[in-house]
Amino acid sequence: MTDLLQATPRAAKDGVEPRRRNRSLTGEALALLGRSPLVWVALVVLAILAAMAIAPGLFTNVDPQRCILLNSRKPPAYGSWFGFDIQGCDVFARTVYGARASLAVALLATLGSTLIGGALGLVAGFNGGIIDAVISRVTDVVLGLPTLLGAIVILATLGNTGGGVLRLALVLSLLGWATEARLMRASVLQIRNAEYVRAARVAGASSLWIALRHVLPNAVAPLLVLATLSLGSYVGTEATLSYLGLGLQPPTISWGTAISDAQPYLASAPHMLMFPSLVLTVTVLALVMLGEAVRRAFDPRSR
Amino acid sequence: MTGYILRRLLQFIPVFLGTTFIVFFLAWGMPGDPLAGKCGDRECPDAFVAAATEEFKLDRPLIVRYGYYLADLGRGYLGRSFTGRDVSEQLLAAFPATIRLALLAVLIEVLLGVTIGVFAALRPGRTFDTATTLIGLVIIAFPGFVVANLAQLVFGVRLGWFPVTVSDPTSLCELLLPAIVLALAHQVTLSRLTRSAVIESMQSDYVRTARTKGLSEARVVGVHALRNSLIPAVTYVGKDIGGLMAGAVVVEGVFNISGVGGLIVQSIRSHDGITIVGAVTVIVVAYLVINLLVDLSYALLDPRIHYD
Repeated sequence: MTDLLQATPRAAKDGVEPRRRNRSLTGEALALLGRSPLVWVALVVLAILAAMAIAPGLFTNVDPQRCILLNSRKPPAYGSWFGFDIQGCDVFARTVYGARASLAVALLATLGSTLIGGALGLVAGFNGGIIDAVISRVTDVVLGLPTLLGAIVILATLGNTGGGVLRLALVLSLLGWATEARLMRASVLQIRNAEYVRAARVAGASSLWIALRHVLPNAVAPLLVLATLSLGSYVGTEATLSYLGLGLQPPTISWGTAISDAQPYLASAPHMLMFPSLVLTVTVLALVMLGEAVRRAFDPRSR
Repeated sequence: MTGYILRRLLQFIPVFLGTTFIVFFLAWGMPGDPLAGKCGDRECPDAFVAAATEEFKLDRPLIVRYGYYLADLGRGYLGRSFTGRDVSEQLLAAFPATIRLALLAVLIEVLLGVTIGVFAALRPGRTFDTATTLIGLVIIAFPGFVVANLAQLVFGVRLGWFPVTVSDPTSLCELLLPAIVLALAHQVTLSRLTRSAVIESMQSDYVRTARTKGLSEARVVGVHALRNSLIPAVTYVGKDIGGLMAGAVVVEGVFNISGVGGLIVQSIRSHDGITIVGAVTVIVVAYLVINLLVDLSYALLDPRIHYD
């Protein structure tokens, strides 16, 4: 994080050719990111969405739970930009309030799968041998099960037992860590025999210390890139599961449930579908753009 | 070659056992009463509990039940749903539509993806390349069910070019719009992969040799560069079948196609867990087998690969 704060203004001051010396790969990548206008657009969009998730009251005065059946399916008009849904709730207010659940699931699921996958990948890559073999086979198996299908089975079995955001994030983390683990393992394998690791070993450092202090910080960059990319896909997965009736359930307000509710009235009230879909897509687009930019910045070959 | 196939088949066994065990565990091994909520708001009557315990062998340890499940799977029996219908029969009836949809989608995906990828690779960084990259990002950002709903609204309801829903049994013509929707997102990654693979092979020695032999540019690109670039593409298409099938659940639900995905959506709505588990099991097994075939097909594409 301190790298981000230092690297960006320095790159701006130095202009096109930043000082190369004393700059780590991470610092250089972040400087590269700071120069891309698309990244700033994505960050601004995400900042607005984060504000929506934290304080939805700033964006609308309308209570999303106050629904007047008389307004059912009314199209957009002055004062209600996005129109009303089938229950007569304000679609704009529900879209604003839906940001919290959608983003929370994506954030927690990314955090969970990165932690599980990162830890298992580190253990497998660092130790090798039988531990590596076992973890790698389990990873293969979990990779063989598409996340969405696995989530359908778990959530359908658990039924509507509540738990909402946390439960959904947990299910997605448990099914989604395999790619992270494989990536982390590969990146640890590259570093395990580096000279500074051997030097630390000779100096008598314990395995745990070496793994956490020397290997982890140097192996974590690809994992963070993947995490940025998976944020976007988890937003989509949450919406898809809620849309199928398995993810978040009413009264939790989310974009997926809104779109699911709107589907039967596609022909007569398309605004119910359009606006939540639009916001959902813009969110995923911002996250994908950011993830793609981060991936490029950290990939030395694309320089 | 035989050795490789044998080795690959042997590796397939633990992955198959592991994956089916996960599906089985997710369905039956999770904490909580598996019969909870099966009788509506009431407690289940004792007779029902006894019958269900007998049928699903709930009094046995999990691993024994997994054995029974595998044996049932081996003889093609996927259980009976709580409404009393044979899951295998339902799946057999549903499969043709899904296979048609998936094949059509893969065909569209490959045609679009490889064509776009090759043309983008011929002039990297130019207008076509940049435009397809940006459009690709936008397409990826659209969740599948949003695209499906929008396509249904615009091309089905408003313009009337395609039927809004699909009849049963389906024709290929009716499946065209759902297949395009399904292929659209998957096509993006494929075209990116093809693009970078073609760019790489355009700089290789064998392409330079082909050029110096005086071959036409079309033959250089189409035969020498493309064929060697197809391996990442084939790998991706194979690995991606799983994602495609997951997408099919949504697309079949939206377009009311009575395939495996449509069956899953219906079963979710009617809380029919056994049918869901059966359908997912079959999809996962199909996916594993397809991946095995993909691995074996490498030799046909790249003569440099030897298996021993």
